[in-house]
Amino acid sequence: MRLNTKRFIFGILVASFFIYSIVIYTVGTRVDKGAAWITAESNQGKLVFQKRNCIACHQLYGLGGFMGPDLTNVISANGKGPVYVKQFLENGTTRMPNYHLTPLEIETLVAFLTYTDKTGVSPVKDFEINYNGTVNWKGKDEKGN
Amino acid sequence: MKKEISIYFVLFAILALLAGIFFGIISAFQFIFPGFFDLIPFIKTRPLHVSLVIAWIFLSAVGGIYYYLPKYCNVSLYSQSLPMIHLWIFILTGFGVLISYLMGIFGGREYWEFPPVLAIPIIISWLLFGYNFFKTAFKRTDHWPVYIWMWGTGIFFFLFTYLESNLWVFPYFREHLIRDITVQWKSNGSLVGSWNMLIYGTAIFLMDRIKNDDSIAKSRLAFVMYFLGLINLIFNWAHHIYIVPNAMWVRYIGYGISMTELIILGKIIWNWKKSLSKALQDFHLLAVRFIVASDVWILLNLSLSIALSIPAINIYTHGTHLTVAHAMGSTIGINTMVLIASCLFLIPDITGRPFSLLQGRFISVGFWMMNILLLFFWIALIIAGYMKSHLVIQDQLSFQDIMLQIKPYIAFIGISGTGIFAAILMIFIPQLKQIKEYLS
Repeated sequence: MRLNTKRFIFGILVASFFIYSIVIYTVGTRVDKGAAWITAESNQGKLVFQKRNCIACHQLYGLGGFMGPDLTNVISANGKGPVYVKQFLENGTTRMPNYHLTPLEIETLVAFLTYTDKTGVSPVKDFEINYNGTVNWKGKDEKGN
Repeated sequence: MKKEISIYFVLFAILALLAGIFFGIISAFQFIFPGFFDLIPFIKTRPLHVSLVIAWIFLSAVGGIYYYLPKYCNVSLYSQSLPMIHLWIFILTGFGVLISYLMGIFGGREYWEFPPVLAIPIIISWLLFGYNFFKTAFKRTDHWPVYIWMWGTGIFFFLFTYLESNLWVFPYFREHLIRDITVQWKSNGSLVGSWNMLIYGTAIFLMDRIKNDDSIAKSRLAFVMYFLGLINLIFNWAHHIYIVPNAMWVRYIGYGISMTELIILGKIIWNWKKSLSKALQDFHLLAVRFIVASDVWILLNLSLSIALSIPAINIYTHGTHLTVAHAMGSTIGINTMVLIASCLFLIPDITGRPFSLLQGRFISVGFWMMNILLLFFWIALIIAGYMKSHLVIQDQLSFQDIMLQIKPYIAFIGISGTGIFAAILMIFIPQLKQIKEYLS
């Protein structure tokens, strides 16, 4: 392969990387079904979630540690909800120690999980498989809404 | 006599790997017995394990490049002092990371769980590395073999993808969960592609040097495969986030690009017999042995990764131990095998002392033990993942019930992980001894 050909292909791919990145940062992630639930409190809760390293044990959208359950829909799940979450955070369990969170931290975490719950579904249990290997599921239309 | 800087990179890399696996075993047992080793809880042992293993990958890969570039690529390093500065920044930042974890100060991003301020020295050290690498490589006027392209690409893309992984510090990214997760896993996916470029480049370099034949590293096919790998580095990350509700086309592009890996898989199978029989001729060489093992693991993991990239399969496997099997198979089976091969080539070369017969046997036993136990470990993860997927989607069991059912497999994973640690000790004790004698 000639050197100029290699340089040309490399240049095209590097340019594609930057263009695709910008597209992802904007139009690719513009839709957020939970946007109405973003508040100062939920933003603060997100920071608490990170500061306490919750992702080491829990998942959001199946991403994170497996020590604890996926928290994406813990607010709307049957038999769970904000009170259930607060109980866990205040007292801990055998698997999750009591981290002695302040009442404000607990409130903000619940606000963050309430917002998270509105953004989508995880794990997906109700779906149809298409012939080409793609999947359609409830709560998500073809435009990703 | 001035000591070779790469030996310090390799020494710290080995120590990081041993410490990383130790914390991995602790965290596996904490998974089975909550409350085990309470002094350092799971939220600390998991990031300690991950960061130390990542440190092993980078220190050993970078140490190798600093040595191979001037010694075997007919160019002297542009700067002899920058690698020392790079090493010091890396080690001091590493200690900062470890202390932050032990004190419970987190940035809380998966795989990079330290406070974001520690990303600054990492970026500075990488800029120094990149500057030195390109200033050195551009001294060569002839056409670069593919491994120099791969190292350069790995350095270049690591810088941008690592910066990208820190975009969450800006509210525009952090405060919108869908954007945040998408960008986080875009950067994580491409970042792994970047370090794979460093590692696969090292594997090609080693085979080139051992065979004393640079025709493969300059062949048209090598460059076609390199560009295919680069396309995957840039676009093949969406399988991590198929279920995240971003735009549908993000998924379709990711799915389409990931299927190009079938070409790589096909090429490996097509050349399998020929390349294996060639490699087996040099199987007595310790470094070659680990490269051959990495080839087998590439075949296994690439097959798994292609399967996991099909949305119809991914919907079942996402968020299960099948993903962990893919991650562990790649970092241990492929990356660590190649990097051990690099250490086995580099350490005797620097110290001027070949391994004794006894040391060679010790490493050889470690090699077989490591690969057999890794296979058990990998299969146990696949079974645990399959079971979890079935229990979540078909049986819709609660988290507690699922944990109870997969517990025996996790116990097996912990035990086989302990065995892998013992095997790795067998492989590295002779190497550490060589390094100690060289430095004393």
